Amino acid sequence: MSTLVLIEHDNKTLSPVSLNVLNAAKQIGKPITALVVGSDCANVADQVAKIAGVDLVLLADNAAYEHQLAENVSKLLLEQIDPDNKGADAARFSYVLAASTTTGKNILPRVAALLGVNQLSDVMAIESESRFKRAIYAGNAIATVESSDAVKVMTIRGTAFDAINAEGGAALIESLSNVHLSADIEFVEESLAVSERPELTAATTVISGGRGLGNGENFNMLYSLADKLGAAVGASRAAVDAGFVPNDMQVGQTGKMVAPELYIAVGISGAIQHLAGMKDSKVIVAINKDEEAPIFQVADYGLVGDLFDLVPELEGKII
Amino acid sequence: MKILVAVKRVIDYNVKVRVKADQSNVDLNNVKMALNPFCEIAVEEAVRLKEQGVATEVVVVSIGSKSCQEQLRNALALGCDRAIQVEAEDGPDSLSVARILAKVAEAETPGLILLGKQAIDSDNNQTGQMLAALLDRPQATFASEIKIEEGKASVTREIDGGLQTLKLTLPAVVTTDLRLNEPRFASLPNIMKAKRKPLEVKSADELGVSVSSNIKLISVEEPAQRQAGIKVSSVDELVEKLRNEAKVIA
Ligand SMILES: Cc1cc2nc3c(=O)[nH]c(=O)nc-3n(C[C@H](O)[C@H](O)[C@H](O)COP(=O)(O)OP(=O)(O)OC[C@H]3O[C@@H](n4cnc5c(N)ncnc54)[C@H](O)[C@@H]3O)c2cc1C
Ligand SMILES: Nc1ncnc2c1ncn2[C@@H]1O[C@H](COP(=O)(O)O)[C@@H](O)[C@H]1O
Repeated sequence: MSTLVLIEHDNKTLSPVSLNVLNAAKQIGKPITALVVGSDCANVADQVAKIAGVDLVLLADNAAYEHQLAENVSKLLLEQIDPDNKGADAARFSYVLAASTTTGKNILPRVAALLGVNQLSDVMAIESESRFKRAIYAGNAIATVESSDAVKVMTIRGTAFDAINAEGGAALIESLSNVHLSADIEFVEESLAVSERPELTAATTVISGGRGLGNGENFNMLYSLADKLGAAVGASRAAVDAGFVPNDMQVGQTGKMVAPELYIAVGISGAIQHLAGMKDSKVIVAINKDEEAPIFQVADYGLVGDLFDLVPELEGKII
Repeated sequence: MKILVAVKRVIDYNVKVRVKADQSNVDLNNVKMALNPFCEIAVEEAVRLKEQGVATEVVVVSIGSKSCQEQLRNALALGCDRAIQVEAEDGPDSLSVARILAKVAEAETPGLILLGKQAIDSDNNQTGQMLAALLDRPQATFASEIKIEEGKASVTREIDGGLQTLKLTLPAVVTTDLRLNEPRFASLPNIMKAKRKPLEVKSADELGVSVSSNIKLISVEEPAQRQAGIKVSSVDELVEKLRNEAKVIA
């Protein structure tokens, strides 16, 4: 019985979160097959083959998979997991994992439903072969759940697992030729944020701004502080809703989960939905003019005052 | 075109949940319950599509015990035309919910099915995707814009890297994100009117779905609490602490 991991990538490079997911797979302790689905993505398969612990790489490289649409990728996965259509009990894999990103969340539940099993979302600990921990209620409670499904389909919270070593492996790459292409769905366009800064979920330092920033232009203060610290910049929902910054910067229950070494919350009140996305950070700093703001209850270091004075001063004092 | 909207009764998002002393689950006794915020957005979108003349009827469905009728009435007050409660013990798993919704969809034949992207209690984010798979229909998750034209839905999705637009052939399943719309409040006359709108009760058995689950909840614990921190009095002190105590900056 082995584990199938759906690899996250952009057709050129492997996303760092895949290394965390592979570590979760390693903790399960079964042989690992990694599936790379995309278009012109052989490079990614090469990278994955070099990862220590990966036993086999399956590569489905076809123009039909360029945008990894869930309708198509889920059928490809199903075909690998249950090739003879005999149901979950006869499946080739007993675990199917993907990152708990918008890609993983989009595809994996479809695979679970096609197999007739449940999905465990956003798993943060592997307790045994069938017991797992996951956060519920915006992280205000941690549930231990046991699954008796023949195939355990799980999305993995990247920040809860260390990255596996990206070197040292030499797995075989096997190409898959079957193509699934639904006529009912069509990719139209994508506008992706381009940033020189580290990716939010992988950064060691994150600076987030909230409604207190007042407008989008004022985020420049955070960007220049971030550039000094090599940090990524995030935001609260209120800042995104107000149009200060794009949606991909939202941290929280319904945005991105981050757990950097250092998280600096600027002009953010600290609603539970925001805390859900950042309270596992190692060190939390809060800058807020309201000394009663709930963010101070989770902050290791709280600085009360006007962010428009304090942020530039902080930037000036960092080497 | 008919729109089917699935809604879930959950703890009000303002309430801080507590774990029961015996760690069997969270304590939902005497806790304020509400429509899941994402479901409220789904209801609003369906009602707007009806107001624009795109949809002709909006049917709202919830799966749960009798108490979820309160949320169904709420959805009717917001503008849905009729409601279906599928009686089941509270907290059926997502696969069971998706199977029941698939049966309802087969009977109702909607052109569009709207769900929230996530229930704020389970934080599962999976039911809509499962439903789409069971119906073998296209899906657009985490929608921030929906346009219906000529039998297709053009949907903008909030993804980790930014925004993506897909075109789906109807019928299709769409799950809502926070920025799709801002839900209205129900007016008093509409709340009164909602009491007379049809609400049909069905059972899962009747639909031929068993709601037993292969997922067992073993225990629920409080998350690790953070040590209370300190307030620093100046930027200098902050920089000193970050450098020498926390050692997170150079
Ligand atoms: C279903 C649901 C999901 C949600 N998901 C998320 C999520 O994923 N992420 C998220 O962040 N939120 C989420 N929210 C929203 C959340 O409840 C809060 O509304 C939001 O986090 C508030 O953002 P904020 O702290 O920036 O704004 P506010 O609460 O308005 O706080 C602004 C803060 O800035 C401070 N401030 C103002 N001016 C200054 C100044 N000059 N100097 C210093 N401080 C100043 C104020 O004292 C205040 O504390 C969700 C809500 C719901 C209902
Ligand atoms: N018991 C239920 N009854 C009706 N709809 C539900 C139920 N549970 C989940 N849903 C729908 O599925 C969405 C996503 O829920 P989940 O996948 O559990 O996070 C919700 O926003 C609802 O639209």
